[in-house]
Amino acid sequence: MARAVTSQRKALNTVVAWSIGLLIFFPILWTILTSFKSEAEAIANPPVFMFFDWTLENYSVVLERSNYMRFLTNSVIIAGGSTLLGVLIAVPAAWSMAFVPSRRTKDILLWMLSTKMLPAVGVLYPIYLLCIRLGVLDNRAALVVILMLINLPIIVWMLYTYFREIPGEILEAARMDGATLKDEILYVLTPMAIPGIASTLLLNFILAWNEAFWTLNLTSVDAAPLTAFIASYSSPEGLFFAKLSAASTMAIAPILILGWFSQKQLVRGLTFGAVK
Amino acid sequence: MSYTSRFSGGLFGRLSCSASALTLLMTSTGFADSHAQTITIATVNNGDMIRMQGYTDQFTEETGISVEWVTLEENVLRQRVTTDITTNGGQFDIMTIGMYETPIWGAAGWLVPLDGLSEEYNVDDILPAMRGGLSHDGTLYAAPFYGESSMIMYRTDLMEAAGLEMPDAPTWEFIREAAAAMTDRDNDVNGICLRGKAGWGEGGALITAMSNSFGARWFDMDWNAQFDTQPWRDTLTFFNDMMQESGPAGFATNGFNENLSMFQQGLCGMWIDATVAASFVTNEDSTVADSVGFALAPDNGLGRRSNWLWAWALAIPAGTQQQDAAMQFIEWATGTGYIDMVAENEGWANVPPGARISLYENPNYQEVPFAQMTLDSILSADPNNSTVEPTPYVGVQFAAIPEFAGIATEVSQEFSAYYAGQQSVDEALENAQAITNEAMEAAGYR
Repeated sequence: MARAVTSQRKALNTVVAWSIGLLIFFPILWTILTSFKSEAEAIANPPVFMFFDWTLENYSVVLERSNYMRFLTNSVIIAGGSTLLGVLIAVPAAWSMAFVPSRRTKDILLWMLSTKMLPAVGVLYPIYLLCIRLGVLDNRAALVVILMLINLPIIVWMLYTYFREIPGEILEAARMDGATLKDEILYVLTPMAIPGIASTLLLNFILAWNEAFWTLNLTSVDAAPLTAFIASYSSPEGLFFAKLSAASTMAIAPILILGWFSQKQLVRGLTFGAVK
Repeated sequence: MSYTSRFSGGLFGRLSCSASALTLLMTSTGFADSHAQTITIATVNNGDMIRMQGYTDQFTEETGISVEWVTLEENVLRQRVTTDITTNGGQFDIMTIGMYETPIWGAAGWLVPLDGLSEEYNVDDILPAMRGGLSHDGTLYAAPFYGESSMIMYRTDLMEAAGLEMPDAPTWEFIREAAAAMTDRDNDVNGICLRGKAGWGEGGALITAMSNSFGARWFDMDWNAQFDTQPWRDTLTFFNDMMQESGPAGFATNGFNENLSMFQQGLCGMWIDATVAASFVTNEDSTVADSVGFALAPDNGLGRRSNWLWAWALAIPAGTQQQDAAMQFIEWATGTGYIDMVAENEGWANVPPGARISLYENPNYQEVPFAQMTLDSILSADPNNSTVEPTPYVGVQFAAIPEFAGIATEVSQEFSAYYAGQQSVDEALENAQAITNEAMEAAGYR
């Protein structure tokens, strides 16, 4: 039987939830507010919160100095491409691990995850040299492949967890009705795992969008995404916090909007299997 | 057909086709246009560099050479260009590097020697300190875009209110007394603001330069670490005691930007830092612009001052395919014509300082309030003779060996932990000694 919750308790829960939410969102809000300040107001002590002379000058300077659309296009292609490619490879892999497990499946899963524990800088030189040999430095397709490989363990793990929640009997029934392996994955498994696949896509898109080590080290001009755009406004000798905030706001805006519109799917996917 | 051969012919065949297609796709999706002459320049996001980017069209108009800029934060840039030059990646035609990298990379043969500069460029006009620091075995490997030393920037009104007068060349004792006299905790005024932040280019640079004036050095002639000597102990305890008395709270995490922000808002009586900051503390963003004075970095009567020497310079990596175009750009950006162009459009206070003798002979530039003190500071720093005792290394706030950046970053972390009260001075120095000796042994110096 469900526990009765008093209205006072509900109100308290709401206040606590909103407070935590605002606390988490505050750095982003502060970045957005700073982007509308002058450089002097950005470093004012005590800090000014809302009551300052709002200006769009920082955005105008940033847009004049940098080719924002080129960085944005590269981010969309690299993050989108690596996520789609990753899911294409991970769906059959997760299917086999979830429904046709071997004695070593758990070990393989753990081994895959362990590759995430290697510091990226440890393989910087081998990957850099490989890119030189293949002639693909500063190339979007190369980054699509590299980011896909980096995020693949997470994608496989997430999909594996979702697939495990699907009763194997349903797939058996499909097989008895004459479904081939392709039919089974495409027409039976995938539609049932749509929330899980959607949240995997979204989460990995966000991870790839924010990836800053490889995207900074393997690009220069043609393939540089928004992480390089932000890095170009950070300065250890000079106070350009307002401009840096404007650049950061422009870099996170697309992913923030995407997350806002898809939050239902994201939450549903992330909590999938949490309540049994 | 056996299962294996079917597998090889089928799946492997398809895999191999896919791999080939992928490689083709990867190599064909680059945007680079091989027909137009375009050079790519990696640089830092400092004010003078950003200003230079604004004038790029002028260069393209004059030469027909297009320029692509890759602007990165200093530490990211350092890692990025180091990876590229050590692997001969060829991503950049010009790199913005400093006095630390230039002699090391020049010696390794990774940079194109700048011995083909034209007569009009007048290489003899480069300040000798800059030229020396950017050369190896007498060959220039990078052309200075701007140079800097460090000096004292102080509030003339607070100094006057404290009943003191700043000498042109003060001692550390005077600075400590003045800092205590200017401190007004009730009004949030700190007598002195200095870098305490970990990082070899942040707090590490300041404490190394300061240690020179206390008679300390990083290594003896046999590359043994010297943190177990009295001069290092004196340096660290003096710095920490002074900052505890008169510095801002949390100084252990303050770097250039934090101190600049506080000084601009009138929260610091004195600030010892890069000469390039002089234009920031006297510009329209500074609330104390009208009451800023300048003096040489302090000494301790031992014949060495505590100012450093640095230059941001343009160098051509040996792997570039566009050496001539890169050389043309360097002549344009670091020549006297560029200085005149900036002066005409933005005033003399905004020209890149610290690189050319002729700039300091120009009567218009001599009127800039910090010009003479910047020059005096640069001239008083000698990378070949920066310490009281002899050393096997070159450099003022660094030792120009490849291992230094890593070692000094770790050592500065130990020092910052001491400033923050997380360990004693003895622990900090013992750890620094062990870290340095271990790294030098591993690198084969000892």
